[in-house]
Parts: sequence; structure tokens; C-alpha cells
Amino acid sequence: MSAIDWKSYTPILIPNIKDYHKIDVYEKHGGYGGLKKILKDQTEFTPEKVTNTVKDSGLRGRGGAGFNTGLKWSFMPKPDGGPRYIAANGDESEPGTFKDRVIFEYNPHSFIEGAIIGAYAMSITTVYVYIRGEYRSWINMMQKAVDDAYEKGYLGKNILGSEFSVDMVVHSGAGAYICGEESSLMESLEGKRGYPRVKPPFPAQKGLWGRPTTINNIETFANVPHIINNGSEWYKGIGASTHAGPLLYGISGHVNRPGVYEYPSGMLITDLIHGAAQGVRGGKKVKAVIPGGSSTPPLRGDSLEGVRMDSDSLREAGSMLGTGGMCILDEDTDMVDFLWRVSHFYHHESCGQCTPCREGTGWLEKTLLKIKRGDGTVRDLDLLLDLCSQMEGRTICALADAAAWPVRYTVTRFREDFEARVKKTVYALA
Amino acid sequence: MQNYEFTKEELAKIDKIIAKYPNPQPAVMPVLWMAQEKFGHVEPEVQQLVAKTLDLTPAHVYGVASFYTQYYKEKKGKYVLDVCTSFSCQACGAYDTLHELEEKLGIKAGETTEDGMFSIQSVECLGACGYAPMMQITNDVYVNHLTSEKLDKVIEGLKQDKLPEFEPIPLVQNREPAEEK
Repeated sequence: MSAIDWKSYTPILIPNIKDYHKIDVYEKHGGYGGLKKILKDQTEFTPEKVTNTVKDSGLRGRGGAGFNTGLKWSFMPKPDGGPRYIAANGDESEPGTFKDRVIFEYNPHSFIEGAIIGAYAMSITTVYVYIRGEYRSWINMMQKAVDDAYEKGYLGKNILGSEFSVDMVVHSGAGAYICGEESSLMESLEGKRGYPRVKPPFPAQKGLWGRPTTINNIETFANVPHIINNGSEWYKGIGASTHAGPLLYGISGHVNRPGVYEYPSGMLITDLIHGAAQGVRGGKKVKAVIPGGSSTPPLRGDSLEGVRMDSDSLREAGSMLGTGGMCILDEDTDMVDFLWRVSHFYHHESCGQCTPCREGTGWLEKTLLKIKRGDGTVRDLDLLLDLCSQMEGRTICALADAAAWPVRYTVTRFREDFEARVKKTVYALA
Repeated sequence: MQNYEFTKEELAKIDKIIAKYPNPQPAVMPVLWMAQEKFGHVEPEVQQLVAKTLDLTPAHVYGVASFYTQYYKEKKGKYVLDVCTSFSCQACGAYDTLHELEEKLGIKAGETTEDGMFSIQSVECLGACGYAPMMQITNDVYVNHLTSEKLDKVIEGLKQDKLPEFEPIPLVQNREPAEEK
């Protein structure tokens, strides 16, 4: 199924089935079938084979970095009898991103099944599901789904009568964007301030409590049962060839019908705006599109023709897929205001560990506030770009980069908006 | 000074939480949540109770409590109205909503009404970008698609201790509505 035929696409991650969040309904529609298939015939479905199937399917992480999931799983060292962990990342704090919440509410069991299959493939002993604290209602839904899965014997000791056992613990965050960064998430799970760790060692070597750990996004796991049920070839046939599978596109901003949509990867941005989301409010023109959360460089509205929502096409266009949380801004948007708000966010959320980020995000915000108030000069625009260069790639985690990219690309791509707001520099010749 | 204690039942619940992790330290976040639920905030005295209960240093618990924005390190209003003003909401008029709310309650973001009923905060992305402008009430219920009338209704309800009902996420892609949640 290619993205060209998106109009006839039937969603599988958020299927149109009533009460699909209930375990009985999920089971009735073949739910937990993938897990049963694996556990019934473990000589056929060895952990290596499951990992390879996921690897061959081309499933890439849905949290933003887009790394091949099966390949990530294969980095786990051989079991040594000690504990090993999965940390499922449901922190979902990147502004513009609101897709995992839909899975918690409408399809929690396909995530649980996917995580159990992942646990089997990597010989995991406990899965921790880290969900941002703001999602209290959805944490409760997830807890209920986990309790139901325990009751039915899909979790706990000797799952479905097999030798395989795994536990699942739902853990609530408490409001920190940085905890979506994988090493910060682990620190937070260990009951500390969420300071990102220096890598290497990578989580597969030394993760939670110093033990091998794999971190995957919620949506990533929700894809896994479909791969096991239908095979990697089938999965590879959905969407863009280098970024296979369905994607949850969260569309927000100035569109007529914002919301979360499931379509094959590689959708034309213009199809998503004018087709799925039914166009821009008031029939206005698109000024900018932020394709995958606040850290992805904004694209100009006049450069969207032919750009597809997959990592290659977006890289060519000068941006990134990120989380697939798109924000559409219309022609009346003040890009200075927009960028100030984005910088305010990163300043607020910098954990303060690394100087370039702690100080840099503050200076970005201050300088943008100055421009917003009309007190800026043309030199401030160059100062902004210089600040970005001082931040990018100079910190432990990618927050500084995430803060710098939108500034760099908004200032360069929408420079006329910024020049219009700064003071005129007129020098009288003597 | 108020004396903060956990009951026997609560201590038993804490033991169950600790059992989910390899050591007691990871329980600090869930127990801070429990304490905030019970006392309405986690002022330093409450942090000390959490430290004593989990056998951690007060400094460690303070470090954790101060890192995460959802823990109230000082007393807040009975209902804390968190208006998301991050860029998707900003684009959909969240600052107008925030200022309207400030006018209605006669306080600014970051302040609490004199009767201790309401606090207003301008917060970062709450992950409801498609349903903007929106707010969250005391770390709990999400209220989507805010309008002036809806704000009035919510405030009136809260004055009578009635939280707005849970709003299911509106799924727009050809769906039948689900039954109860």
C-alpha cells in the first residue's frame, strides 16, 4: 500500500473498531495472536528470528531518531542470567506531538503485545512504561490495560503456560521534557533528577541500574504485532521504501480538521494539509510547516510541493521527520512570535547540565524577546545564528541541537519577517 | 507547623510500589505523587516525610522534587488551571484564552486567588496540540477546544467542586464513537 492510495487506507494502529481498547474486543479481532504464535512454537520462532523479522520489516523508531528497531534490539548482549530491561518511552513531550496518547486510549493492548514480543526477542525480565505525568487519565487507562493483560496471563510468570516470564510496570513522570531523552528517562526511572548520561556506554551495555536496556517508543511497539502476524514483506509494502509502515500523523495549527491521522509513511505534506486535514482555515495560504515537532526545521509554505513525510524526502527538503507531529502555520503567523515561544520552551526545559545549552537557550530567548519587542538590530540576527553554532553538537544530549535548529532555520528561511521587526540601521555620512 | 504523616494503609501501598523496582530509590517519584495527592503540595516538610519513609536523604528528595514541574513546591490553589501556551496552542489563540482566564479570575498566571480556590499557570506543551486551545486542571482532567463560554462553565463547575467530565480524544478519521471508557 503506497501513500498515493491514502484515501483507501484502512488504519491498523487506531482501527475503526468499537471498544478496541478493551482486552476482550482486542482478542476477538486477533489480538495477542502474534504472541501466542511465537510462544506456541519457540523452536521455530527463536528470539533471533523474531529480532530478524522486525529488522527485515524496516520498522524505524517512531520517537524521532528513526533508528531501525530490529537492529537496535540486536545490540543487546547475550543473556547472562541477570535482569534486563525495556523502557518504553511514552514521555511524548515534544511540542506538536500528541500521537501516543491516542494509542493509550484506543489501542493499549497492541502496544502491550508488541512490548511483550520485544521482551521475548531480547530476553527481558521487566518492561517499564514511562508515561509523562500530565497524562494522568491515560496512565490510568494504561494501568487498567496492564492489569487486564496480567489477569489473562499475557504478563507475569510462565506466560500462556510457556517458560517465558516478563513483568510490566507503568511509571509516571512529573513534567520534564528532557525525560523523553533515553538516558534521562533512565535516570528518572531510577528516581533521580533527569540528567542525560554521557554515551557511550550505550543503554544496551549499561542501561537501567547498570544492566542491558532497550528504549523504544510506544508507537514503535504498537507496530510489532502486525509485523509478526503478517510478516516483514507485508510490512515493507506499506508506505515509503526506506521508512516502512503506517505513521500516526498529528496535525495541528491553522487547519480545518486537526487531529491524529494514520496513513502510510511518505504522505505528501500537501495531501495531509489539503486532503486529510481539509485545508487551511479561512482558505488562507500556508506560511510554514513544522513537520515533526518543535525541533524539526520549519519548511516554507512555498517549498512544500512534492515533499513527502519520510526521512529521506524531508532531509532533502531541509528538515526531519521527527515524531510526525506537524504544525501548519498560515500566512498571518508572526514568525518572530512563533520562534520566541519555541525558544522559551527550550530555555524552560534545558536541564542545566551543560553550559552551552543552559546559557545558550537563555540567550536565544532573550535575543528573540528583544526582537519581538522591536528593540532588536540586524546584528542580533547574526548573533542568533552564532549562538546556534556555539550550541550544536557541544552538549551531552541533543536538547541544545533541538533548540538551535528551529532558530537557525526560521531565521534563515523567514529572514524577511525578522528584518521587518528590527530597527533600521541608518548611518549619516559626514 | 502541620505534622505530615502517612497512614498505615498508605505505608503498605508504598511497600508495594517499592517492590516494583530493584531498590527503594525509584519509588521517590510515585511517593511524591502520593504525598501531593494527599497534602495538595510537596513543601519541604512533605519532602522530608518522603525522604524518611524511603530512607533517602532530604537533599536527594529535594533534588527530585525541584527538577519536575508538576510537583508543587509551594501551596497552590485548590484548582490549578494549566493553560498550554506552547506553539501549536499559541497559533490557535492560547494567549488570548490565558488572558481571558486571568481577567475572569482577577489574577495573573503564576498567582492564586485570595480565597485559595484557583491558581493559573502558563505551561509547556501538554500533548493536545490538535485540540487547542486547551488546559489541564490540577494535573488531571484535560479540557479541549476552550471558548469563552466553556471557560465560564468550567469555572462555575469548579466553584461547586465539579470537575469537567473526561473528554475522549476526538478521532476524526472515519470513526464510530466508543462507548464508556
